[in-house]
Parts: sequence; structure tokens; C-alpha cells
Amino acid sequence: MNGPFDFALALGDDALVAAQRLAEWTTRAPEMEEDIALANIALDQLGAARLLLSYAGELEGAGRDEDALAFLRDDREFRNCLLVELPNGDFAVTMAKLLFLAAYQLPLYTALAGCADERLAAIGAKARKESAYHLDHASLWVRRLGDGTEESRRRMQAAVDQVWPYVHELFAPDPAAPVDPATLRADFDATVAAVLDEATLSRPESGWAPAGGRDGVHTEHLSYLLAEMQVLHRAHPGANW
Amino acid sequence: MYGNDFSADDAPGGGLLGEVEAAEAALREAAARGRRGGAPGPDEDLEAYFAEVIDADQKIEPRDWMPEAYRKTLIRQIAQHAHSEIIGMQPEGNWISRAPSLKRKAILLAKVQDEAGHGLYLYAAAETLGISRDELVELLLNGRQKYSSIFNYPTLTWADVGAIGWLVDGAAIVNQVPLCRCSYGPYARAMIRVCKEESFHQRQGYEILHTLAHGTPEQKAMAQDALDRWWYPSLAMFGPPDTDSTHSAQSMAWKIKRFSNDELRQRFVDMCVQQAEILGLTIPDPDLRWNESRQSYDFTQPDYDELMRVIKGNGPCNRQRMEHRRRAHDGGAWVREAAAAYAAKRVEKKEKVAA
Repeated sequence: MNGPFDFALALGDDALVAAQRLAEWTTRAPEMEEDIALANIALDQLGAARLLLSYAGELEGAGRDEDALAFLRDDREFRNCLLVELPNGDFAVTMAKLLFLAAYQLPLYTALAGCADERLAAIGAKARKESAYHLDHASLWVRRLGDGTEESRRRMQAAVDQVWPYVHELFAPDPAAPVDPATLRADFDATVAAVLDEATLSRPESGWAPAGGRDGVHTEHLSYLLAEMQVLHRAHPGANW
Repeated sequence: MYGNDFSADDAPGGGLLGEVEAAEAALREAAARGRRGGAPGPDEDLEAYFAEVIDADQKIEPRDWMPEAYRKTLIRQIAQHAHSEIIGMQPEGNWISRAPSLKRKAILLAKVQDEAGHGLYLYAAAETLGISRDELVELLLNGRQKYSSIFNYPTLTWADVGAIGWLVDGAAIVNQVPLCRCSYGPYARAMIRVCKEESFHQRQGYEILHTLAHGTPEQKAMAQDALDRWWYPSLAMFGPPDTDSTHSAQSMAWKIKRFSNDELRQRFVDMCVQQAEILGLTIPDPDLRWNESRQSYDFTQPDYDELMRVIKGNGPCNRQRMEHRRRAHDGGAWVREAAAAYAAKRVEKKEKVAA
């Protein structure tokens, strides 16, 4: 990544793909209150995605708006991190993903709120409040599942183990970016360690650190996600909705 | 930015929203007026007191005495209403992942979220009658309580999302606006809240169809096809004709229901005709025409045999909708158990600290 365009695009893609995954839970959540909460978080992510992608389109100056960027790029052109495109799995996997995403987005948006770029600063200021809520929600569920029943503890630990390798990509150094992701790692580690401790869960030891999302080299999952997301828009070129 | 960001000018539902606000004002007035001399005395005839409250257009509240049949009717009706909100999330939820623009995706997501909220609100209203939400959900899942027949139809194109907003939410509002004046206080108050959001949803649906009907030829055809498929199922939402309606007379006497099925259906048709004209779409009824002497539209009745088949479980999506709900419920059991176990541990810890 370099420059505000790549940065805004990557963050916008993170939020958009996260929203798409979270919205898949609608009508499928373990309880009705959670249906509302997950839709709510998906809506926040989608809102942030729209602001970031609209701004990215303006920075690019090639006439692409939020919809052109969301619906008319292929997976090789998407810049989201791999973490957000992983399938939802069971509720524990979804909560592990959300915990890690929110623990990354909160310090990121907070730092962004103080950056020199006024538009990015305004987006950061708005989105960080939402991230704080997402982090709170995910932390609560990770504690409930980790310190709940035998079964939920087993599933929550498995989910953390499964998803953990994908967090390293989030903090790849990029000194030229408006906020260098490497500077967020300490904050992230402290937040996550505290939640996992309280949840009686352990942080996995693993040297595997898959990456490539920021360069458009994704998992096999993203292409399917985009096929579904883009199908109607692409079937009617140039139409208004 | 997160939805609802279009102008509301010239959109439908304005008059109905006015009625909701009038009902809200009437509710406040009735509360301010108080009941004649307060609660009934120890040796007063409770039945007579109940009748008097109903006659005076005042509200029955959870702590009041009420006939057992009144309680049961309300539980059935409010629960069916709550179930409909929850099952009704499915047909529209079907298009969230494929919504054709980010703005439409946001609006649809917010709408489906609202419906879950309405469901919770209505379950809470039903709980004031002495039944738990868990019991009601159980009655839904084992098929002993129903939800609205309309949600057993499939959403096959994006235009169906618009048709559901315009027609299905439109029919729901026509049905529910009079319930804002229903004699049971918690239900009337729930309806006031629900109707306000519902009329927003209806405008959003109307706007989707308007955009499609004024878009490409393919989009317009999609909109017309949706109207063709959803028109009669929407008319059927008002229930069987008055001659066959089993609960009507008693519900009207109790002021739970304020108008008959056929009266509300007629009101809905009269409302839709002009809106369809503005949309530039054709209502699929060759016999639809203005009747000068009745000052209303004549129209072809929906197929009530089909309605009965759908209500009995044999519509296009009944099995799918129920299975989806059951799968979510069963699949989430371990999560709910974990939450309960965690809460119990917290209570135990607190007690230890206190001791």
C-alpha cells in the first residue's frame, strides 16, 4: 500500500467484505437479539465502507463511485485483508473474527481521526465509536463462550486457533500510509490478551502467517462472495437502482 | 447515509401516518381522562367493569381483569403478528447479499433489522398477557401457531423486495392502523410504534419499484412481474371474506378489531390503484374499475382456496421458512446454553464476594 487511495480502498474493502459476511447471519442468529446486533454491526461496517470507497473513488479521479468500486472489480482487484473474507463458520468463528477485526479497527480509526487528511480524519472519528461497540459486543461473546459450557469453550478455542494466523497480515508495516498499521500491533495485542484471559482461552502459538489480501491475492473464498454480491448489478450494466 | 436517505415527497402512506398520529393523541387523551373513578371496588362486578372500559374507548391494561377468551384471542393475534415479523425477515433477507447498490443494501439491512425489533416488541406485548416468549416460539416451531400467509411466497427477483415493501407492508399498515386504537393498551401502543416504521418501509419499497419502472426495459419488466405475482397474495393478507371469518364478530365487539376484513381489503385496493398509476405499472386484474355509486373500485377477489392451502402449510415456501427458523433455533442452542452458564457463573461469583 502507498498513498491515501490505496489506503482508503483497503480499509473500505475490509469494511465491505466484513459487512457482507456479517449480513449472512441475518435470520440465522442463535437468538433474536443477536440477529439485531449482527445486522447492526453489518450496517455500521457497510456505512464505513461507503464513506471510504466514495472517498477512494474521488482520490482516484477516474469517475468510479462506491458502486463501481464495490460491484465492478474482480477479486484480484480487491484489497481487503484475508481475515474478513473467511467464511462465517459457527458462531464462535464469527465472534473470533469480529473480536480481531474490531481490536484492529478501533486503534486504526482512532489514529485516523487525528491524521492530516481531513476526510479520513472525519471518517475515523465517526467509525471509531462504532468499532468500540463492535469490540464490546465481540468481547462479551468471547467471554461468554470461552467461560460458558464445555462445548462452547471447545468451540471458542478452536475458533481462535483457526482465525489467529490471519491477524498478522493486518499489521504489515507501511510507513507511507496515513496510519502505519505496524504501530497498531501493541494496542491490538493488549486488548486481545485481556479478553482471551478473561475468557479462559489461550493464544495460539503458530508461525503460519498467511497474507496477500492487500496485493489482491486472496483465499479461494472471496471470488464466491463477490459472485453473489455482484450478480445483479453486473447483469444490468449502467442501470440505476 | 445508512438508509432512508431519499425524499418522502409524494410517496404513499401519508394519510395513514396521520391516522397513526391521531390514534396516539387519542391514547394520551384517554389516559389523561382516567377511568371513571379509578379501579373497581372489592365487590364490584368485574365483567361489567370490563364492558364499561371498552364502551368508553379506554384501554384494558395487563393488571386488569379480562375475560379468558379476550386474553386468548389477544395472545393468538399478537403472537401471530410477532411470528410474522420474524418469519417475514426471510423473504427479504434473501436479497441482502445481492442488493444491486450499496445504498439499497444498507436500506434493506436496516429494514430487516427493524422487523426483528418489531418481533421482539410484539413478543413483549404478548408476554403482558401471561405467556412467555419461549412458549410462543415453541408454538410457532411446532406449527400450533401461524404467521402471515404472505411470507410463504418466494422472492425471485430484486423487484420482489420493492413489491413486498409497497404491497405487503402497505397491506400490513392498512390492517394495523386501526389496531392503534385497539382496546388492549400494550398492543395499541406497540402498533403505534410499529406503524410509524412500517410506513417508512412502504415508502422505501415504493421507491424501489418507482426506480425500476422508470429504468431500463428489463427493470420495468421485472417490476411488472413482481406486481403480477404479489398482488393477489397481498389482497389475501386481509383474511377470508367477512362471510367466512370466524373471529370477526367477537373481536369487533371487544374493539380488538375495528373494521372487517373486506372493508380493509377495499381500502387497500382503493389506495393502490392510484399509486400503481404513478408507478406506471398495471394491476393484474382486468375487472378492476371505478364504481361511481360505491365511490370505490370493483375488483376481482383473491383465490381463497389458495389462501386456505397456504395457511394449512402447502404454499410454495411454508416448509422452507419453518425449516430455516428451526435450523437457526436448534443450531444456536449451544450458544444460548453458554450464555446461561456464563451468567450463572457470574451470579455465583458475586454471591461469593458478597459472602
